[in-house]
Amino acid sequence: MGITVEHISKTYGNFTALRDVSLEIRSGQLTALLGPSGSGKTTLLRIIAGLEIPDPGSGAIRFSREDMADRRVQERRVGFVFQHYALFRHLTVFENVAFGLRVRPRADRPSRKEIAERVHTLLDLVQLDGMAERYPSQLSGGQRQRVALARALAVEPKVLLLDEPFGALDARVRKQLRAWLRHLHQEIRVTSVFVTHDQDEALEVADHVVIMNEGRIEQEGTPESVFHQPATEFVMNFLGDVNVFHARVEDGKISFASLRLDAPGHADSADAPARVFVRPHELDLAREPGPAPSLPATVLTVHAAGPTVRLQLRTPLGETLVAVITQARFRDLDVKCGDQVHVAPRDLHVFLPPPDRAM
Amino acid sequence: MAFLARRHSVLPGFGPTLGFSFLYLSLVVLIPLSLLFFRSADLGWGGFWNVITSPRVVAACRLSFGAAFAGAAVNAVCGLVVAWTLVRYRFPGQRLLDAVIDLPFALPTAVSGIALTTLYAPTGWLGRPLDAIGLKGAFSPLGVTIALTFIGLPFVVRTLQPALEDLDLDQEEAAAVLGASRWRTLRRIVLPAITPALLTGFALAFARGLGEYGSVVFISGNMPMRTEIAPLLIVAKLEQYDYAGAAAIAVLLLVASFLLLLTINLLQRWSGRRHMRGA
Amino acid sequence: MGDLVRVRRHRFAGRHDRAATTEPRWVGLLLLATTVVFLGLFLLLPLVTVFTEALRKGAGAYFASFGDPAALAAIRLTLTVAAIAVPLNLVFGVTAAWAIAKFEFRGKSFVTTLIDVPLAVSPVISGAIYVLLFGLQGLLGPWLSAHGLQVIFAVPGIVIATVFVTVPFIARELIPLMQEQGIEDEEAALTLGASGWQTFRRVTLPNVKWALLYGVILCNARAMGEFGAVSVVSGHIRGKTNTMPLQVEILYNEYNFVAAFAVASLLALLALVTLALKTLVERLSAAAVTLDSGLPAAEEI
Repeated sequence: MGITVEHISKTYGNFTALRDVSLEIRSGQLTALLGPSGSGKTTLLRIIAGLEIPDPGSGAIRFSREDMADRRVQERRVGFVFQHYALFRHLTVFENVAFGLRVRPRADRPSRKEIAERVHTLLDLVQLDGMAERYPSQLSGGQRQRVALARALAVEPKVLLLDEPFGALDARVRKQLRAWLRHLHQEIRVTSVFVTHDQDEALEVADHVVIMNEGRIEQEGTPESVFHQPATEFVMNFLGDVNVFHARVEDGKISFASLRLDAPGHADSADAPARVFVRPHELDLAREPGPAPSLPATVLTVHAAGPTVRLQLRTPLGETLVAVITQARFRDLDVKCGDQVHVAPRDLHVFLPPPDRAM
Repeated sequence: MAFLARRHSVLPGFGPTLGFSFLYLSLVVLIPLSLLFFRSADLGWGGFWNVITSPRVVAACRLSFGAAFAGAAVNAVCGLVVAWTLVRYRFPGQRLLDAVIDLPFALPTAVSGIALTTLYAPTGWLGRPLDAIGLKGAFSPLGVTIALTFIGLPFVVRTLQPALEDLDLDQEEAAAVLGASRWRTLRRIVLPAITPALLTGFALAFARGLGEYGSVVFISGNMPMRTEIAPLLIVAKLEQYDYAGAAAIAVLLLVASFLLLLTINLLQRWSGRRHMRGA
Repeated sequence: MGDLVRVRRHRFAGRHDRAATTEPRWVGLLLLATTVVFLGLFLLLPLVTVFTEALRKGAGAYFASFGDPAALAAIRLTLTVAAIAVPLNLVFGVTAAWAIAKFEFRGKSFVTTLIDVPLAVSPVISGAIYVLLFGLQGLLGPWLSAHGLQVIFAVPGIVIATVFVTVPFIARELIPLMQEQGIEDEEAALTLGASGWQTFRRVTLPNVKWALLYGVILCNARAMGEFGAVSVVSGHIRGKTNTMPLQVEILYNEYNFVAAFAVASLLALLALVTLALKTLVERLSAAAVTLDSGLPAAEEI
C-alpha cells in the first residue's frame, strides 16, 4: 500500500518542524527518511502514523489514496517501532507481541490458539522463539529491537514505520541488524519507512532515500542517484566526506585552484561564484602530471591501515585535500609523507549559491 | 487559546480527566478556601486588625511561631546528625531506624499527642527527670516545642537524605588530598552543598509546626495567654460561632504558611533539584 | 563495638572504605549515639508509651475497652469515612495524574499547586473552611437547615473534611512517576490498536502500580488518623460523630487512660502497618526498577 504525503506542515509554538512537505512512498518499498536531528524526519514519521496531528489547514496523508485525516492512530493499522522500543516492561515477550491481538474487540479477536500460533510464527521470524517467557529487561538491546518489530508486525500492519530502529544499539549489533532488516523486508514486503540520521544505514538498507533538512525535503531517489547526483550542497555534504573549493563559473567552464574545467550542467551559467565538491575517492593521484588536468600537491599524512588508503594533501595555495585510493594503487604509487603528487578530479559537483543567499 | 488549553496529543481523555480534576479541586479546595478570605473580609481592615492584635491572639501566635521555630531548629541540628548517620554509616538496626523516621507522619496526631503528654507529664518517664532539674515538660511552652519537634523531624531528615546521597564523594576526597582536615572539609565542602536542603527541611518543619493541632493540644494544657496555640484559638472562636474572628486568625496562619511555601519553592529552585520525599 | 560503625559503601561497588570521606571513629560513634538517643527519645519512646499505657491494667482491661459501644461506633465510623474518602481521592488522583503527567497545558502549575494546598493548610483550618461553608452561620447553613440537611456536626462534614485533607496523597505519588515514564508506552499501545481505556488499564496502570498502592496506603492512614480537621466539624457526639482519634481525645480528657490508649494502640498499629507496607512497597518497586534498569533511558523521552 502506497503512502502519499501532501503539503504537510507542522509547527510547535515558534518552531517549525515541517514546511509544506510532499512525498510519495511506493507500495512495498523500504524508504529511509534521512537527515540530521531537528530536520523533521521523526515528526513526519509520527504524522504518518497518526501520533501527531499536522497543522490545521495543511495538506493530507493518504494511504492508497484514502485520506487518513479522520482516522485515529488505532484505526490506521500501522506498525510503529519506537526508537527505545517502548516494550511493555510488565509483560513477557510473548504477551508484548500478543498485545495488539488481545486488545481487539471480541468479534475480531483471534482465538487463544490462533494468537499463540501467530506469536510463535513471528518470534520465529525474528529469531526469538526461545525467549517467549522472558521479560524485556532480560533481553539484550538487539533482542528488544526484534521483539518491538514482532509486536508491530503482529497486527498485520499495512505500513511499517520505524523510528531510528538501530539508534540505541552498539555499532556491531547495528550492522548485523541492518542486513537482517533488509532481508526481512524482502521476505514480508510490507511498505516500510524508517527514520535515521546515519547515511550509511540509509544508503545500505533502503530502496528509496528521502533526505530532509530544516523541515524540508532536500532530495529523494534511489541510494545510487542521491549519492552520485546530489541535488544540493547539503545532500553532498551529508552523504559523505567532501573536498570543497571556492570557484567561478564562466562560459560553461569552472575555475578553481589552478584548474579550469568543463562545468557539467552549467554550460549557460553567467559569470558567477560557485562551489566545487569532490569526494575523496573521486580524486586520482599520480607521480607525474597525466593527460587529465591536475593539481600539484604535497602528501601530509598517510593512513594505510584499512581497506583503503587515506591521504591528506596540501596544494601550493595552502588548501588541504583528502584523497582515498585503493591499497593496490597506493602500492603502485609508492608515496610517503612529503612527496609531491598530482591530483586529478575524476568527477565534480558544482553548486551555484541560491540567488537569495550570498556566498 | 483559553486557560488550560493544551498542546495537541493523540492520547485520549485529556478533556474529561482535566475537567473532572479541576471541578473536584474547585469544589473541595479552591471554593471553600477562598471563602475563608471573604469571611475574614466581613470584618473590614479595622476589625481584622483588632482580632489579630488582641492580646490573646498575639500571645498564641508568639507561642506558635516561637515553638515551631525552636522545634524546626532542634530538628535542623539533630535531623542533620540523624540523616548523616543513616546515609554515611552502616550499623545493625539501621533499616528499622530509617523506617521509624516516618512515624510522625504515620501516627495519628491525637495518638502522638496523648503519648507525648503521658511521657512528659510530671509523673511520666521523661517528665520526672525534667522536673528534677526544675523544668516543666508537659503543660508548658517547652512541651509545645517538644511536640513540634516530634512532628517536624521527618521533614528535615527526609529532605536531607537524598541531598546527602547525591553528594559527590570525590569532592570530599579532593579536599582531603589538598590537605583540608575532615572538619574543614565538612564545613567548607559538605555544608554549603546541603544548605538548600537543610533550609528547605527547616522551612517545611516550621510550616507544619505553625498549623499543627492534634499532637499539641494535649501536651500544651491550653492555658490562655500562656500555652494556647494559634490553631486552638480558631477552634475556640468557631465554638463561640465567631466565624469572622476564626477566619481572620486562619487567614493570618494561611498567609504565613504560603509565604513559607514560597520560600521553600525558591530554595528548591536555588538548589536546582527537587528531591523532597514524603512531604 | 569495633565493627559497629563502618563506612557505607553505597554506590561505589567494588571500592572499599574510602578513608578520606570518613570521620574519625570516635566521631562516628558519637554521631551514631546521638542518632540513637534522639530517635529513641523522640520516636520510639512515645510509641512504646502507647502500648504500655494501654496494657497498664492488663490484657483484660485492654480488651474490655473495645466492648464499649462508643468505641465500636468510633471504629465503624472511621472505617466508613476512609471507605468513602480513599476511593474518591483514588479516582481523583488517577485522573489528575493522567491529565497533568501525560499532557502539556497552560495552567498546569496552578493545578499542581492546588493539589498541594491541603498539605500546607493547618488541619484546623481545613475543618474551619467547611464550618464557614456549611455551618449554621455559614454560607449554605441556612439553606441546608431549611431543607433538614446537616453537614457540620454530622457524618457528611467529617467525610468532606477528610477528603480535603487527603486530596494530595495519591496524586502526588503518581504525577512525578507518570511524568518520568513519558507517553511512549501509551503511544505504542495506541498504534497496536488499543482503545484509550485499554491503554490505561493494560499499560499505564501496571507501570504505576507500586506508586498507586503506596499512595493509597498513605491516603488511608491519613484518612483514618486525621484529628484536627475532623475535630472541628464533628461536634463530638458520642457514638455518632466520633471517629477513633476523637474517641481517643474524649476518653483521655475523661481520665479514662487505659481505654484512650487502647483505641490509640489500634491507630498506632495502623501506623506501624503503614510504615511496614511503605517499606515493603519501596523495596518491591526498587527491585522492579533494578529489573528495568537494562532499558537505556527508555522512559526519559
